Amino acid sequence: MEIPYTVAERPDTGLNNVKLGIWLFLASEVMLFGGLFSTYILLRVGAVEWPQGAEFLNIPIGTVNTVILIASSVTMVMAYASLKLGDFAKYKGYMLATVLLPVLFLCIKGYEYYEKVSHDHLPSHSTFLAIYWTMTALHGLHIIGGIVVNSYFWGPGSKMWHTKPAMFENRVEAAGLYWHFVDLVWIFLFPVLYLL
Amino acid sequence: MSGSAEEVRKHIATYKKIAGALAVGTVVTVLASYLDVSVAIGITIALVIATTKASLVANYFMHLGEERSQWLMVSLGLTAVFWLVLMLVPLFTMSDNVGVHKTLPNANAAVHEAEEAH
Repeated sequence: MEIPYTVAERPDTGLNNVKLGIWLFLASEVMLFGGLFSTYILLRVGAVEWPQGAEFLNIPIGTVNTVILIASSVTMVMAYASLKLGDFAKYKGYMLATVLLPVLFLCIKGYEYYEKVSHDHLPSHSTFLAIYWTMTALHGLHIIGGIVVNSYFWGPGSKMWHTKPAMFENRVEAAGLYWHFVDLVWIFLFPVLYLL
Repeated sequence: MSGSAEEVRKHIATYKKIAGALAVGTVVTVLASYLDVSVAIGITIALVIATTKASLVANYFMHLGEERSQWLMVSLGLTAVFWLVLMLVPLFTMSDNVGVHKTLPNANAAVHEAEEAH
């Protein structure tokens, strides 16, 4: 049995099921991270003393990672636009960049984590470090998930382009929506943890 | 995103402009953290800049501005409302401190370093 409305819009929702599904998933993700941001604010305003992010974190490294994630968002949307233009070779190039840039992000993040561990700056050290580890690690898991999905659409999953191009475009669009959301979360995480 | 190849190319030109705006926004975010302001104002400035950057990503990269589905608008509208409530609830606990001079620890860092050097 074929799943309906994977490409065509449903008359009642005005969206295909792929897009509606990913948006509802992202709405739940907004509340997941929203709860953690709210927790951060509550801990922050309730604390007698709160360290400035730069006491523990490296702002230049955080800035570089922010630029890397924004760049990967740009390559993701360019990959999707390349599909819309029917340029599969360009799609592959942009998608490869979308996979490699977050790998670089994770390498830099791994270095930061290594520095924290070597200085015994573990979650048990302070409330600030506890919320830092929790939020960045959860975000890191989302990055890993995105890398896995985008790698599939760059590699074996891209064969669908030759048989069902419209459905493949929809899949890449959904993966892109998720990836932009991961970028969005970091846009908030960076100033909150590193700069305030 | 939908439309002809010409429209897609227009989108691509917009993506490049948005990429530049996001890069500038990142620099502004870092610079704004060195302003000599109270903690509440500092957090507000950071969140306003972050929200501006986020809205650019949502509107242009996620094409939210082009969506016309009422189902989507209602779902995301409700999400936005509840997200805002989540953010505001803890801020209300410090509403009596707004305006109290309590600067961010890194404010005037360069000035302090220069004074210590003397």
